Amino acid sequence: MTVLAIVEHDGGVPTAGSLQAVAVAAQVGGTGSAEAVAFGPGAELLRPRLVTAGVARLHVLEHDLLDDYSPETWGESLAQLVGQLRPDGVVAAGTDRGNELMAQAAARAGLPFAANCVAVDGGTGTSPAWQLTRARVGGLLYEDADLTASVKMLSLAAGVEVATAPSAADSHELPVEVFTPELPADFAYSRVVERAGHTTGVTLATAPVVVSGGRGVASAEGFAPLEELAELVGGAVGCSRVATNNGWRPHSDQVGQTGTRIAPDLYIACGISGATQHWVGCMNAKAILAINTDPEAPMVTRATYAVIGDVQDVLPAVIAAVRRRAGASTGRRPALT
Amino acid sequence: MDICVCVKRVPGTGSTILLTDDGMNVDTRHLGFTIGPHEECAVEEAVQIVTAHGGSVTVLTAGPPEAEEQLRYALSLGADRGVLIDTGPEELDAEQTASALTQAIRQLESGGSRFDMLLFGNESADASHYQVGIRVACALELPMVGGVKGIQIDEAAGTLDLRRDAAGGIEVYRTPLPAAVAVAEGLNLPRYPSMRGRLRAMKARLDTVEVQLEPGGLRKRGLRRPAEQGSQTVMLGTGPEAADAVADVLEELGVV
Ligand SMILES: Cc1cc2nc3c(=O)[nH]c(=O)nc-3n(C[C@H](O)[C@H](O)[C@H](O)COP(=O)(O)OP(=O)(O)OC[C@H]3O[C@@H](n4cnc5c(N)ncnc54)[C@H](O)[C@@H]3O)c2cc1C
Ligand SMILES: Nc1ncnc2c1ncn2[C@@H]1O[C@H](COP(=O)(O)O)[C@@H](O)[C@H]1O
Repeated sequence: MTVLAIVEHDGGVPTAGSLQAVAVAAQVGGTGSAEAVAFGPGAELLRPRLVTAGVARLHVLEHDLLDDYSPETWGESLAQLVGQLRPDGVVAAGTDRGNELMAQAAARAGLPFAANCVAVDGGTGTSPAWQLTRARVGGLLYEDADLTASVKMLSLAAGVEVATAPSAADSHELPVEVFTPELPADFAYSRVVERAGHTTGVTLATAPVVVSGGRGVASAEGFAPLEELAELVGGAVGCSRVATNNGWRPHSDQVGQTGTRIAPDLYIACGISGATQHWVGCMNAKAILAINTDPEAPMVTRATYAVIGDVQDVLPAVIAAVRRRAGASTGRRPALT
Repeated sequence: MDICVCVKRVPGTGSTILLTDDGMNVDTRHLGFTIGPHEECAVEEAVQIVTAHGGSVTVLTAGPPEAEEQLRYALSLGADRGVLIDTGPEELDAEQTASALTQAIRQLESGGSRFDMLLFGNESADASHYQVGIRVACALELPMVGGVKGIQIDEAAGTLDLRRDAAGGIEVYRTPLPAAVAVAEGLNLPRYPSMRGRLRAMKARLDTVEVQLEPGGLRKRGLRRPAEQGSQTVMLGTGPEAADAVADVLEELGVV
């Protein structure tokens, strides 16, 4: 069996998700079956890392139009490579780009594509189908499905745990094969015209603590104590979709299925009921503290810690308590208020 | 600008997702149906574009006859025309869905007038296949960018600038028109339907289109809920009196 793994990389450093794709390709296909596919300049620098991961061959896609990512040109190129190699399967990380690339390639090759799998079983010789489990609704629901196709294309949901293949003989030279796709001159495609980085600072996605507010915060002004607490603990402010829809917070603050999925050390949910689409965004927090007037709210019953009460009463008291202790521990006297 | 927006009828869900007895679908007896947030933004964007540039908004759905409800909702937000592809009660796979939409769009365009833009949600709220829009765009040989949170039209040049989030920042793609775009929530703030819009939508005539379907290669065997780790919530108290207990926890967790 041959199973291709798409390796996303930054100048030769593979992403964690790509190494998972390699591990799954090796697991499904067995020893020596995993081959890697990489785009763009620097792909050859991947060789040492891929050899240790048990990859048997590296395919590098090269073309003037591939140096910068474009969904259509990359997808068409992958489809052409798949058409030539006819592998048994292709595995990618289920990142935004991974899913986009796989869907483009599958559409162009006329193949099905299973996005965000959490388990894959290549099955036995008797059944041509691969049995897999896909994450729906961000992982709150699993779909068991059969994938039947000459080439099985799938992506892996973020956080899928795979035992990495034992790095067998790592001394052999990894063979590299260059593939140059044919891209017609009149190909209709999108091209990148601008890239910009965010200004640095604590971001929702990476903050160790997120203080988040929902309908119970009641207004844009109501977020003031949440901001104060976030600032005090070096965290970021998040929110529910109700807060976004009411215009209290920008969408970039939204936690959940259609917002950002986060995994902070502590998530403080203020006046948020805990609907599934919100929960999926915060359930990977190491600890959750719910502040809510309703002791029956799902966020309260699922949280690690809870305070029952009005967020506008509880938070100022918490802020005062934290300030008192911060003052005490640095030997300063608490500010008089 | 003539724009076609594809929307899907999806189950609403509460704090836990209930399944039907055969485990094949989400139980909707108590929560009804909706369209996904990405698609709400797609409809809103189309209405705003047509308000600014002229043209028309068509909403298209493949689903059971009841999906009429979602078309009327889009009409109440300002779409001009609703088209239903009646594909029966069973959930279609992604390839079938894309084929149904592609056939319908070809039929709608058979009079000779092409859509300038096709809008999709980035992923459907229930199945999340991340591909239906891409498949349609590919079949119709249109450029396609997903995850879009900003659309700028240059009518004179016949191009779109499409902004989306990228690792650690943003990226902007330029495509020629006609084009397909899959949008993500955050693109705009969708309006609520007005009373007038709702009345108009209630009375509107919907069109139907018939298509031929063959199953694709991904077959659903069933749905299940992954095991949830049961957690015992530690109650820290009630009201402001709980503040010290909260501060203790913050210290324990090492965040202060
Ligand atoms: C496809 C889809 C995707 C979605 N994606 C997201 C998403 O990404 N993120 C998201 O958040 N939602 C999302 N939603 C919406 C989600 O279903 C809920 O509607 C939303 O999360 C509810 O927000 P909320 O908890 O703030 O409001 P509510 O559900 O109204 O809860 C308010 C809570 O505040 C409490 N409260 C009220 N007053 C106070 C007070 N003074 N002090 C303390 N507590 C108080 C109440 O007891 C209640 O528990 C999505 C929905 C759909 C259909
Ligand atoms: N049954 C359907 N009818 C109309 N549009 C659909 C349907 N299914 C999916 N779509 C569109 O395709 C997008 C992506 O869906 P998916 O590939 O299932 O994640 C959705 O956000 C919709 O815009």
